[in-house]
Amino acid sequence: MTHAAHAPTAHYTSMGLDSRKMAFWAFIGSECLLFGSLISTYLVYKGRSVVGPYPHDILNIPFTSVSTFDLLMSSLMMVLALAAVQRGDMKWGKIWLFSTALLGLVFLGGQVIEFTEFVHKGLTMSTNLFGCTFFVLTGTHGAHVAVGVLWLLTLWVRALQGRLGPANAMTVEITGLYWHFVDVVWIIIFTVVYLIQ
Amino acid sequence: MADTEVREHAHPTVDVYLRVAAALVILTVLEVGVFYVPAFHGVLVPVLLVLSAAKFALVIMFYMHLKADNKFFTFLFGAPLLLAVGVMVALLFLFYGALTLRGAAGAG
Repeated sequence: MTHAAHAPTAHYTSMGLDSRKMAFWAFIGSECLLFGSLISTYLVYKGRSVVGPYPHDILNIPFTSVSTFDLLMSSLMMVLALAAVQRGDMKWGKIWLFSTALLGLVFLGGQVIEFTEFVHKGLTMSTNLFGCTFFVLTGTHGAHVAVGVLWLLTLWVRALQGRLGPANAMTVEITGLYWHFVDVVWIIIFTVVYLIQ
Repeated sequence: MADTEVREHAHPTVDVYLRVAAALVILTVLEVGVFYVPAFHGVLVPVLLVLSAAKFALVIMFYMHLKADNKFFTFLFGAPLLLAVGVMVALLFLFYGALTLRGAAGAG
C-alpha cells in the first residue's frame, strides 16, 4: 500500500514565516548557549590539569581530521537530500538521506573508537580537568549526532513508505538545520579542542 | 502566502552546494596543514580561528540558508550566538585575569 505524501498544515506567524522553522531557529539559538557554556568550561580549565594524560599526549589529529571531513561531507549529503526532495526526486532524496545518516554513524563510530582508546590510555572523566571537560563537551556533541542520525533514519523510513515528498520539504529542511548546526559545533570543537592545544 | 514561500525557499542551487563543500574541504586541509607547519606556530591561534570562522560562516550562510532566508532567522540565531561568545570572553577574562593578577601579586 502506498501513502500519499501529505503536507502537515503549515502555520504562519504574523510575520508570514513558517512557525515550525521559527521555533526551530529559536531552539538552535538556545543550543548555542548550551554549547557556549560547555566550550567556555573547557577553555577556562584548559592547562590546569595537575596530572596527565594531557591533550598533546593523547589527541590524534589525523584520525579526528578524517572524522571532521566525514561530518562536512554529511552536511553536503543533507543539502543534496533537501534539494532532491524539493524537486520531487524521491529516489535521490532517499539515497542522500540514508548517506547522511550513514556518515553520521561513521562519525559516531570514530568517536567510540577515540573514547575507548583514551580510556585505555588512562584518561577518564575523573582523571583530571582535561578528561572531565573533554568528555562532557565531545560527549554532548556526540549525543546530538546520535539524535540526528535517529531523526534522519526516521525520515528515510518515511520516504521508503512513500510518506515523504515535496509537500514535506519543510520537515527535511528543519532536520537539515539541526544537522548543520551539529556540524558547525564540531567545526568549533575541532579547532578549539584539537588544533589549539 | 506565495511571497512568503519565495522569501523562505530561495535556496542555493546544487552547484553552489558543491562549491561550498569544496571550499570547506580546502579550509579543513589548510587548518590541519598549518597545525603541522612549524613556521605558523607563532600565529597558529589567530590563523586557526579565522579559518574556523570562515567554515562556520559558509555552513550557516549557504547550507542553513541564512544568506537568502528572512533576516529574522539570522537574529534568532545571531543574538544567542553573540551572547554565548560574550559569556565565553567574559569567563576567560575573569579566570585568566584572576590568574595573572595572582601571579603578579606572588611575584611582587
